[in-house]
Amino acid sequence: MQHTISVLVENEFGVLSRVASLFSGRGFNIDSLSVAPTNEEGLSRMTIVTRGDDKILEQINKQLNKLIDVLKVIDFTDGSGIEREMALIKVTAEDESRAEVLRIVDIFRAKIIDVTPKSYTIEATGNPVKIDAILDLLRPLGLKELVRTGSVTIGRGAKGWKG
Amino acid sequence: MKMNGARIMLECLKKEGVDTVFGYPGGTVINIYDELFSFKEIRHILPRHEQAGTHAADGYARATGKVGVAIATSGPGATNTVTAIATAYMDSIPMVIVTGQVPTALIGNDAFQEVDIIGITRPCTKHSFLIRDVKDIATIMKKAFYIARTGRPGPVLVDFPKDIQVAMGEFSYPDSVEIRSYKPTVEGHPRQVEKACKMIMDSRKPVLYVGGGVVLGDAAEQLTTLARKLGVPVTTTLMGLGSFPGDDQLSLGMLGMHGAYCANMAMTHSDLIIAVGSRFDDRVTGKLATFAPHAKIIHIDVDPTSIKKNVRVDLPIVGDVKDVLAQMIKLTDKTKDKTAEFVTALEPWHQEISAWKDKHPISYKNSSTTIKPQFVIQKLRELSDPDAIISTDVGQHQMWTAQFFKFNSPRTLLTSGGLGTMGYGLPAAMGAQAAYPGRQVITICGDGGVQMNIQEMATLVQNRLPVKIVILNNNFLGMVRQWQELFFDKRYSQTCMELPIDFIKLADAYGAKGFLASKPDDVEKVIKAGFAEDGPVIMEFKIAREEKVLPMVPAGASLNEMVLNA
Repeated sequence: MQHTISVLVENEFGVLSRVASLFSGRGFNIDSLSVAPTNEEGLSRMTIVTRGDDKILEQINKQLNKLIDVLKVIDFTDGSGIEREMALIKVTAEDESRAEVLRIVDIFRAKIIDVTPKSYTIEATGNPVKIDAILDLLRPLGLKELVRTGSVTIGRGAKGWKG
Repeated sequence: MKMNGARIMLECLKKEGVDTVFGYPGGTVINIYDELFSFKEIRHILPRHEQAGTHAADGYARATGKVGVAIATSGPGATNTVTAIATAYMDSIPMVIVTGQVPTALIGNDAFQEVDIIGITRPCTKHSFLIRDVKDIATIMKKAFYIARTGRPGPVLVDFPKDIQVAMGEFSYPDSVEIRSYKPTVEGHPRQVEKACKMIMDSRKPVLYVGGGVVLGDAAEQLTTLARKLGVPVTTTLMGLGSFPGDDQLSLGMLGMHGAYCANMAMTHSDLIIAVGSRFDDRVTGKLATFAPHAKIIHIDVDPTSIKKNVRVDLPIVGDVKDVLAQMIKLTDKTKDKTAEFVTALEPWHQEISAWKDKHPISYKNSSTTIKPQFVIQKLRELSDPDAIISTDVGQHQMWTAQFFKFNSPRTLLTSGGLGTMGYGLPAAMGAQAAYPGRQVITICGDGGVQMNIQEMATLVQNRLPVKIVILNNNFLGMVRQWQELFFDKRYSQTCMELPIDFIKLADAYGAKGFLASKPDDVEKVIKAGFAEDGPVIMEFKIAREEKVLPMVPAGASLNEMVLNA
C-alpha cells in the first residue's frame, strides 16, 4: 500500500543523504521524494511517498524518528492530507494534434508555458492521480519529455503541523 | 584566550572528563598531535593499527561505561576505523571518533588522503558531524558526547578539517546541550509499567529475557532484585551475560543458537516473555514462526525501533531499563501478598525448568590426553580474579566462554555480539586494561582471530598493559569448520590454518612472555604462570582440533530443535 509521509528535518549538512540512505540501507522503497525549506528558519520539509505493509510503515516511521536531525514525522496515509504534484510536460504538437493538446490542457486546467511550431510545453498541477490521467491522454500524441516534482502534502484543517 | 582549533578540541575532551584516548597520527591530525605533545591531562595510547585503536576505545567504553575516544587521520586512517565503528554501532557502545579531514577548500577535490568518511560511516554511526568553523568545535563536541551516551548509545564521528585545526578561536564550553530533534524517552510510561506487572502476576511460566541494554543501562542491580523478588528465571543473550549472576539458581544461562537447552526450552514453553534491553536477534529467536508460540511478550527498550521489529509484542514499554525496572520493583513491593502468592504459584514452572537443566546441562566430555577448550575456560574461571575482565574474539572460543565462564557481574565480558568482529578481543582488552591498570584483564581468542590484530602485542608491551592473552589453538577457523562438518559434508574449504604459528616465539619477539600447554596436565600450570607475570603474556593451549560448540540450533531451525550431540 502506498503511503505519504512528511518529514520535518533540521536543515543540516548531509540530512538528505541520511534519510535517503536509511531507505536504501533498510530496503524500504521510495516512489518519490521532494524537499525544500519551510517558513521556519533552519527547518526543511520532505515529502516521501513509499510502499509497504503496516509493519514496514511502523519501522519507517520509527527509524526516521530515530535520526538525530528529524524533528517530526507525519503519516498522511489516512487521507488526512491534501496532496499535490506539478508536472512539466513537453509534447509534440503539429497540425491536427495542436488543437487536441489544447483541449486536454483546458480540461485539466493546465497551462501552456512554452510554444514552438512543433511542440507545446505544459504545466500541470494536481494530485498524482490527475497527473497520471493527463499523461495517459497526452502520451499517444507524442510525449517528448516529462519532469514531475513528486508529491507535496499538507494536513487538512486549521491546524499547522505543530498543532 | 584565543587558541587554535586543535587545542580547542583537546580542551573539549578534557571538559568531557576524557582521561585516555587511542589514536594514530597522520598528515591531517598532526596539529592535534602537536598540541597533545604538551597537553598532560590526557593520556594518549598509540596502537599499531587504527582499527585496533578504535576497538580499544570501544573496550574502554564497555568496561567503564564512559564514552570511548579514538583519533585517526584522514583517508586510510579513517577507513581503518570503519570495522571498529560498525562493531560499536551494532552493540550500542558510546564512542566519539575524531577523524582528520583535508582542508575545507580541498574537500571534494580528491585531495591526497581524502575520503568521505561521513558518507562511508553513515550507516554505522549514531550520528556524525563535519566541523566547518572553529566557532562550532565546542558545540559540536558537546553534542557528540551527549548523543553518544544518551538514549540508545552509539558511536558518533566528528570529521575535523585541517584548516579548522589551525584557525584561531575562543574556547568556551557550553554547560548544557539542547537538540530539539533529539529527545530520548527515559521514563517508562507508568500505566504501561502497571500493566506489565499485572501481566507478570497473571503468568505461570514467565521468563526474563535480558540483553545488552541492561549492561549498558547499568541496570543489573535492578534486574537482579526484581528477578529474585519474583522468582522469575532469567536467560540472557551474549551481550546480556553478567547482568544477572550466572551462578544464581534462577539463571538459565544464555539462550539462542548456542544457548542452554533449559533456556531455549523455557522460551518455547513460556507463557510470558519479559524482554529487557534485548532485541530478538535472529541468533536468539531461531525460526521466527515457531518462536515462543505460547507466550505473551512484554518488551522494555529505550529504542522504539527495536520494538516489534522482528516479533509481535503485546506490551511495549519505551524507556530506560533502569527506570522501568525500578518502577516495577516499587509496584511489586506495594502488593506484597499478591507477589508472595505469585512466587508460590511458580513452583511447577521451576520444577519443569530444573528437569530440563538436569536432562541436558551445558557440558562436555573431558579427556586425559587432549586439552578440551571448555576445560581451559573452566580453569580460567576458577583461577582468575573475581573482578577479572574477559574479552573475546568471535567464533567457537567465544561461545565456549559464554557457556562455561558463568559471568557474575556486568561489564566483565567484552565481546562483539552484533557484528561478530574477529580481531576484536585483543585490542578491546587493551582498552579495558588502560582503564583499569590494577584489574586482571584476559582476552580469550582463537588462533584465527588473534592474528587479525596481533600487532597490538607491541602496544601492550610499550604501554605496560599486562593483558593476558589466551589462545585456544586448533589450527582451524573452528566455527566455520564446525558448520562445514555439520552442514557441508566435512568439506573443510579454506578453514585449516595450515601453517602452525609459534606463538611463544612471537610473544618473545614483542618482549612479552609466552607459555604453552599441549596436554591437560599443563593447563593449570600455564594459567598460574601466566597470571603470575607482571606484564602481558600469551598462554597458548593446543586444544582438541575438532571439538564442537554444542548444543546448537541450526540456522533457520526452531529453538527447541537443538543438536545436542553430534
